[in-house]
Amino acid sequence: MYSFIARRIAIAIPTILLLIVFSFLLMEAAPGSPFATERGVPPEVLANLEKKYGLDRPLIERMGIYVWNVVTQFDFGPSFKFKDRTVNDLIAQGFPVTLTYGIWSFVVAVAVGGTLGVLAAIYHNSWLDYLAVGISIGAQVLPNFVMAPILVLIFTLWLGWLPGGGWRGGQWEYLILPVIALSTSYMASIARITRSSMLEVLNAGFIRTARAKGLPMRRVILRHAMKPALLPVISYLGPAFVGMITGSVLIDVFFSTGGIGQFFVNSALSRDYSVIMGITILIGTLTVTFNLVVDILYAWIDPKIRY
Amino acid sequence: MNRRTILATTTALLGLALQPALAADVPEGTELADDQTFSYRLLDQFPTLDPQLNEETAGSHVLRQIMEGLMTQDAQGNLRPGVATGYEASEGNTVYTFTLRDDARWSNGDPVTAQDFVYAWRRAADPETASPYAWYVELTGMKNAGAIVAGEMDPSELGVEAVDDHTLKVTLDRPLPYFPAMTTYATLFPVHQETVEQYGSDWTAPENYVGNGAYKLAELSLNEYFKLVKNPEYWDADNVVIEEVEGLIINDSSQALTRYEAGEFDLLEPLPAGSYPRLKEQRPDEAISVPRLCSYYYQINQREGAKEELKDPRVRKALSLAVDRDVIVDQILQGGQLPAYNFVHEATAGFEMPELDYAQMTQAERDAKAKELLEEAGVEDLDLKLIYNTDESHKQIATVLSQMWKQKLGITTTLENMEWSTYLDVRKAGNFDVARSAWCGDYNEASTFLDILMTDQEQNDGKWSNAEYDELMKASKTSDDPAADYRQAEQILAEDTGIIPIYHYSNTFLLDPQIKGFPLQNVENNWYVKDFYRVKAD
Repeated sequence: MYSFIARRIAIAIPTILLLIVFSFLLMEAAPGSPFATERGVPPEVLANLEKKYGLDRPLIERMGIYVWNVVTQFDFGPSFKFKDRTVNDLIAQGFPVTLTYGIWSFVVAVAVGGTLGVLAAIYHNSWLDYLAVGISIGAQVLPNFVMAPILVLIFTLWLGWLPGGGWRGGQWEYLILPVIALSTSYMASIARITRSSMLEVLNAGFIRTARAKGLPMRRVILRHAMKPALLPVISYLGPAFVGMITGSVLIDVFFSTGGIGQFFVNSALSRDYSVIMGITILIGTLTVTFNLVVDILYAWIDPKIRY
Repeated sequence: MNRRTILATTTALLGLALQPALAADVPEGTELADDQTFSYRLLDQFPTLDPQLNEETAGSHVLRQIMEGLMTQDAQGNLRPGVATGYEASEGNTVYTFTLRDDARWSNGDPVTAQDFVYAWRRAADPETASPYAWYVELTGMKNAGAIVAGEMDPSELGVEAVDDHTLKVTLDRPLPYFPAMTTYATLFPVHQETVEQYGSDWTAPENYVGNGAYKLAELSLNEYFKLVKNPEYWDADNVVIEEVEGLIINDSSQALTRYEAGEFDLLEPLPAGSYPRLKEQRPDEAISVPRLCSYYYQINQREGAKEELKDPRVRKALSLAVDRDVIVDQILQGGQLPAYNFVHEATAGFEMPELDYAQMTQAERDAKAKELLEEAGVEDLDLKLIYNTDESHKQIATVLSQMWKQKLGITTTLENMEWSTYLDVRKAGNFDVARSAWCGDYNEASTFLDILMTDQEQNDGKWSNAEYDELMKASKTSDDPAADYRQAEQILAEDTGIIPIYHYSNTFLLDPQIKGFPLQNVENNWYVKDFYRVKAD
């Protein structure tokens, strides 16, 4: 087991390094400059700016310095656009916001989606099943960019119950709409995956044996069916979790949460090189880490997997 | 402005200083609301609140509330005293001496002195600061500014000097009648030296910020919101009515509209494209359209290596004539924009509209003339590459325009859109035949527009070049009647069709009718919350 984990980490590190190099080169290849304005910056002003941000040095040198600072000091450098902030400042402000509503969304999606899926499978072909399937299909066809405006229309404009955006340190009334909007489609997927895998397991031979032995239904499900039925769900949860905690760009932009997604979009548009790099590395590292966690969980749950 | 008006303004300003200056002008008997707050929507997060590093409109709006320059503007956009009570111009508008009020204080209680301005202005020009707006200092014509920005001279050589705590002397290297107006812009706001030096780049954080405006920065959460509260140290605080200002950053314009309709804030600007007529009907008291000091135009590539046809003024003229501006303004934009046949926005202070021949014609006459000119030039087959930055209304205009050219002149146009940074790159490199462009005045005077079309100007990406025009613009700087020069320059521009003017901007917004004192006559759309007040709801 330990050597399996060590091996996976050994692969993860070069993956992230490659990510850094590729992002750096792609960014370099993109046309446009972080200092471009309609007016056009006079050459001497541009020279001052480039000097300040180290853009006057050769690419390799810049990349080397960058990687060194990131690896040794977790220093992502100053933002090009937010002239009095560093990338670390921006991440420190934005990431906790995204993390908070991401975790809540994850909890809601798993709790609601999982429950719906299990119930639908147990009461297969009953009204409960149809209801659960109906809800999850409905939720699936309402992706967050459709959900968000609808929610704001209903709860902000018509009912006046909840604010249409903002964060204010994460007070609960500011949390509700982003969490619903973000979790709905994940919830639907989790419900569908849970239901179908549960159904499959419930029809398997060993479950029939367990029931034939006269074990109570509750015990059959919790003790025997749950673990194998969760396997496909878990492999979905890893990427879903990363997806939720790194935030939907759309949720951040739409609800003006001040989360990381807004910084990501804006930095790409304004060629804020250091912010693009910082957030890419953050999301990349999280993705690699959670995939690793999922693999380990998988290996632990499924004895068929050898490491 | 000629010298006589400058003198008159100066006297008027010095006179003003003797009267008590009122911030908000609340008429007698007005019933004020209990809750004196003002909130508004921002399209984007401003990157910084450091006056010398600021380069965006959104940041300038906030800086006007939390800082104060030598001069400020009233509701009509006229100059009025800020930290300075007045100024004197001498030596042919090359030396300005400002007198600072002695009761101006920073939000920490320190007095605002002439030295604070000297420090801030040197800081703006200093290459160490690497301000993207360092060019603004050059634009003011302050002595040695160019050399300092280029790193060839020490910032201490800048043409500004604190004669004593309350006297600031500015020396320019060329006469500039509108210099005092330029001090209303954020780059020339003062900063508190001790704070900047103590905290470095962190000085703009709410807990460190020291300003001299009517409000002070209380809270700031990037991409979310910020809050300002009344600054009790402000010299005119007794007359400031609004207690709290809040800005909400909302990128999405339809989401912004929904939240305005839900009553979350008082001012929504700009409105979603094309929504003005509907909103005006639904909310006649709230939907407002005012002129805005910007001009929308197409540049025509006339560089070396550009299409030969485009170097023929007849072809350029034909392209311009065939554009039916009324269709663009009345059917696409529908927000009170004005069809443009000249470059300078017609609401610009002191600007007299030139009488251009093609502006007087009917569109049918223009179309006929266009065909005639094109035939004369012998152009039969022309394919143009038109670039614009990705945006719904730019796209509509480009599409309609290319149809007009196709139908009337048989000229084919290939449209290419790209997002902002890429578009600027392509435009600067001259990889286009026709390029959508726009220009907003840096100050309220015609030269802010006309200057940029001089041959060697950074913004002249089409590289239209006309020696007569250049001469005229240079001469206007010292002319007794620059307005006449500007009219003539516009004539040359129109005759030679250096650009294709399309429309003059308006600004459309929704404003809660409870908010009074909003400056609707200021074409730069600069507002100062200290002039506002909130009345009781009916």
